[in-house]
Amino acid sequence: MNNRILEYRRDFPLLSGADIAYLDNAATTQKPVSVLDAVRHYYEAENANPLRGVYELSEKATAAYENARAAVKNFIGAKSSDEIIFTSNASASINLAAYSYGLNFLKEGDEIVVSVMEHHSNFLPWKMVAEKTGAKLVKLCPGEDGYITPAQLDKVLTDKTKLVAVTQVSNVLGQVNDIKALAKRAHEVGAVILCDGAQSVPHMKVNVSDLDVDFLAFSGHKMLSPMGIGVLYGKRSCLKKMPPFFYGGEMIEIVHWDSVRYADIPHKFEAGTVNAGGAVGLNAAIEYIGKVGFDLIEEQERLLTDLAMDGLGAIEHVHIVGSPKKEDHKGIVTFTIDDVHPHDVAGILSSDGVCVRAGHHCAQPLMDYLGVRSTTRASFAFYNTPEEVERFLDSVSSVRKRMGY
Amino acid sequence: MEDRLFYNEVLTDHNKHPYHKCELDHPDLMLEGVNPSCGDDIYLQLKMDGDIIADGAFVGDGCAISQASTDIMLEMIIGRTKQEAIRLADIFAKMIRDEATEEDIEELEEAGALKDVAKMPARVKCAALGWRTLKEMLEKA
Ligand SMILES: Cc1ncc(COP(=O)(O)O)c(C=O)c1O
Repeated sequence: MNNRILEYRRDFPLLSGADIAYLDNAATTQKPVSVLDAVRHYYEAENANPLRGVYELSEKATAAYENARAAVKNFIGAKSSDEIIFTSNASASINLAAYSYGLNFLKEGDEIVVSVMEHHSNFLPWKMVAEKTGAKLVKLCPGEDGYITPAQLDKVLTDKTKLVAVTQVSNVLGQVNDIKALAKRAHEVGAVILCDGAQSVPHMKVNVSDLDVDFLAFSGHKMLSPMGIGVLYGKRSCLKKMPPFFYGGEMIEIVHWDSVRYADIPHKFEAGTVNAGGAVGLNAAIEYIGKVGFDLIEEQERLLTDLAMDGLGAIEHVHIVGSPKKEDHKGIVTFTIDDVHPHDVAGILSSDGVCVRAGHHCAQPLMDYLGVRSTTRASFAFYNTPEEVERFLDSVSSVRKRMGY
Repeated sequence: MEDRLFYNEVLTDHNKHPYHKCELDHPDLMLEGVNPSCGDDIYLQLKMDGDIIADGAFVGDGCAISQASTDIMLEMIIGRTKQEAIRLADIFAKMIRDEATEEDIEELEEAGALKDVAKMPARVKCAALGWRTLKEMLEKA
């Protein structure tokens, strides 16, 4: 293991303050001190209502907020900052796209293609759009290798397809779908594509210009930032024609009783007082991730994932969900243990100080597709160590015995 | 929280070998109880003889706590009156809120083995599922 990791790990107060192995990073990550300090500094030295006051302090707040937008733009390779809309999380981002784009540009007879491995956040909004507009919801299943491939997409694309919603990394299977190839196919039939980047953006270089997606949604809290800040990237051409979703303060140019002119993008979509502190935290997180670098992040997460996959594979009565190949798992390993319910697995691991997730992971259609009811999931961040994986494996090996088997 | 306290023999035994996990032939009362957040699911069935619970069973899927707790509950309430069962359900609810006295817990017999659940907020719902469903069913009847 690269010894820079242990230095970075010390930047996370929660990790040094508790004797736990935190392996639920797909749910949310811990926060480094630089992010916490940035938020604190914002509220101590720059806080005013951004975009409103004309006094200097408000200008500082505005600058802090808009600098964060520019940082996000650079981080994901967008063409301009006004393609970055701040939301509260990935779910809010996808809802914004569904309500503003979906309800206004889809109609009866159109088809919405949604993959079966989506988190409920990228499924239910489209189901709602289908129900309200009369568009048809079309299920996109993975191929035999477990990936959502262009070939699988070809099977369901028609000239009626208007929108494709698919995740880049499944929060259960950990597989990385080839979004660039999927976007190309979608565009060939004239559809737009929304990519759920909640599990990819924190863990790998994601470039929206290269992928050529129309929308990308992700959450700050899964990438070292505070909770309550998220992003919807949208191509300018899409955002420009979309009506606002939330109405209120700070999203208008002129309001009269009889007529309204809305602000331009991105502010058109950011009604009300914004989460400037969260945006500042996200900016600091992006800086921190830049300092660590995706090379090291991916190297460490690969190391941990391989250890976990090898280790689980060697324990009797443990079954990996999804691909048996370790290279197919991007920091996420989901499994079941014969005769022991996942909540009991997580309960026993918890008593050993190991934090993992149990349940359906907000992906019930995928659970149905896989024919499992619920599972246990370990998910890694670069600050995790091989010792933590060992601790996890030791605990998993003891589960059946402790449950009386 | 030390699990040995918690996943004790009473609990693991009832989970592995539930006495009452089956379907009744012609149940008089039936109700499904779920915990949507974790997916615990039980389908409770009772046979009544007037006010007396003559027989009971459940089918379902869920964690050891929800399944064992339901099995222990059935073991206790079969042969008792509806009113007694409701009273026990109330004591159980008190126990897992950590508000029960020693005497209360004694009255719960085997179900007292679940008292430590009061210290595990995430699992309280699991332990309560069977009892909550039972109470709802009896009060509606
Ligand atoms: C793939 C995926 N999409 C969307 C979400 C929703 O994220 P949030 O709860 O931050 O809106 C999650 C997180 O649980 C996720 O894993």
